[in-house]
Amino acid sequence: MIQLTDQPFEPGALLTGFCRGRAETGAVATFTGLARAEAGATSSLELEAYPGFTEARIGEIAQQAVARFSLDDFAIVHRVGKIAPGEPVVFVATAARHRRAAFEACDFLMDYLKSRAPFWKKEHGPAGARWIEPRDQDHADIARWETTP
Amino acid sequence: MARVLLFGRLSDIAGWRDREIAPGPASLSALRALLSAEDAALAQALGAPGVQVALDQAIVRGDAALTAGSEVAFLPPMSGG
Repeated sequence: MIQLTDQPFEPGALLTGFCRGRAETGAVATFTGLARAEAGATSSLELEAYPGFTEARIGEIAQQAVARFSLDDFAIVHRVGKIAPGEPVVFVATAARHRRAAFEACDFLMDYLKSRAPFWKKEHGPAGARWIEPRDQDHADIARWETTP
Repeated sequence: MARVLLFGRLSDIAGWRDREIAPGPASLSALRALLSAEDAALAQALGAPGVQVALDQAIVRGDAALTAGSEVAFLPPMSGG
């Protein structure tokens, strides 16, 4: 499941729904990313997507994860629009037969969502607004998956 | 007619996000030339490292032919999560 939403979401409810009816799955891992206040420097985040294209690209990334980690299933929920500090920005859940695959797939999906999924992020704060671009660390995180066979 | 979409900082620089250009340019390079001729700051931003182009929602590299109804999106470096 891939969903973009301009409304706040409840990660606990998403996890409960994701776990329901999984007699054979064995392992579910999740990641929830929250908007940071940066000690008052950020009053809100604004996330822009390219409707249709963004979901399609996330789908391609998710299919790589399904194949690489033999996932039973996944869920990706991503906010767009204005987001207040403390609110969830992204929720990723992965289901696999064993925990290592679920953990690694969740890590993989987040690394790709950070710098390969079509989102553009702007921080608003008392000093004005600025667009956020991927950091060196984000590129290094992706490289881990591309150098491992 | 071509539809042009700008994302992220590109739309702030240009002052628009979504525009229809008629008659539509015949190629991506002609479209770039047209946009660059009217806005030098946008021209520089479109040529910056890491800016990708999607034609009808597929990434293209280099030049490509445009047809009536082509949708061209300029995509600066992406940042999700």
